[in-house]
Amino acid sequence: MLTQIRLSGLAMACLMSLPAMAQTAPDATDPIIINDGELQLETVASTPEHLEGVLPELYSGWLFRDSETQAMQTDDFENPGMIFVDQGIDDWNMVDGNAGKSCASCHEGIESMKGVRASMPRVNGDGQLWSMEDYINDCRVERMQAEALDWNGDRMKNMTAAISVQSRGMPMDVAIDGPARPFWEQGKDMYYTRYGQLELACANCHEDHYGDWIRADHLSQGHTNGFPVYRLKQAALVSQHNRFRGCIRDTRAETFPMGSDEFRALELYVASRGNGLPVEGVSVRH
Amino acid sequence: MADNVKPRVRVPKTAAKDEVITIKTLISHLMESGQRKDKDGQVIPRSIINRFTATFNGETVIDVQMEPAISTNPYFEFEARIPDAGEFVFTWYDDDGSVYEDKQTIELA
Repeated sequence: MLTQIRLSGLAMACLMSLPAMAQTAPDATDPIIINDGELQLETVASTPEHLEGVLPELYSGWLFRDSETQAMQTDDFENPGMIFVDQGIDDWNMVDGNAGKSCASCHEGIESMKGVRASMPRVNGDGQLWSMEDYINDCRVERMQAEALDWNGDRMKNMTAAISVQSRGMPMDVAIDGPARPFWEQGKDMYYTRYGQLELACANCHEDHYGDWIRADHLSQGHTNGFPVYRLKQAALVSQHNRFRGCIRDTRAETFPMGSDEFRALELYVASRGNGLPVEGVSVRH
Repeated sequence: MADNVKPRVRVPKTAAKDEVITIKTLISHLMESGQRKDKDGQVIPRSIINRFTATFNGETVIDVQMEPAISTNPYFEFEARIPDAGEFVFTWYDDDGSVYEDKQTIELA
């Protein structure tokens, strides 16, 4: 008897020490049907093993957006991000640099990039964690003898968009074991670290409060399968690192630079939280 | 010519006689309003597309005067009745004098 009372007392103490959780599932979980059925992207996926007990299910950020914004993503003509995909494909075929090569000179059609987006970022042959931007610039500098592109510049974002679309519909599947493990651990630490004067960690919003209001918008689970994203607010493509920078800045903290090792590690960890959701290529968000 | 301007048009390839079809057009353009300032406080000069027209077999379907408040990458969707097979010509006029054009033919089904 005494043990039972003590146990229930302990349970009460545990409950009271938990923060107020308010995970709110989206109202509907319809798939994203693109171009009248040409492609169907599921918006729900089961939780990857490393997140069991943390998130009940994975939800695409698309589910948390207004119906008008959702509709823009269901038609490649109305998706403003596709303009930049076209520009990226033009760039793919354009000779640049002293070697007289374009991307296509080695890789041929951009369809050869199918699957790349779903596994990024990943550890390269030298044991470094590389984002897609790093692979692009490595090709440009080493093989094309061209200038590296600015991480957040239009040409880089156009190129990552064009490459991402090739994997649209494939489930996100970043490796988190083996050589990737230390980077993943670093990213996980960052995800749960409170930054800035507002003392907010990624998890405080995107894990504890997805579906709830943040100012005039709904919080998503913060998955990255839709990047690069066409943000209506900026009327432009936004890269993952730029989005990280914006979130950390909004906590009133000094942010890490785009293209920093810290953001690569965070990119890996956040991507792994969305393992199983399909690549949305260029998504449309508020 | 402004950078990275690329018109895109979606018109059905065929239509029944007198059918009302939906036409979608989108052009990538910065649409610099002339209201913004750069990092040094200098006004960035206005550079927009100021007029958009569509004709079908030479007849005007739509003629739009555009103003600086129109957003980047302007999108137009409108309807037209198709009396006969023919050709649509879409034309965008840039402040800098450039003219961008796209043509689409349509057959009677």
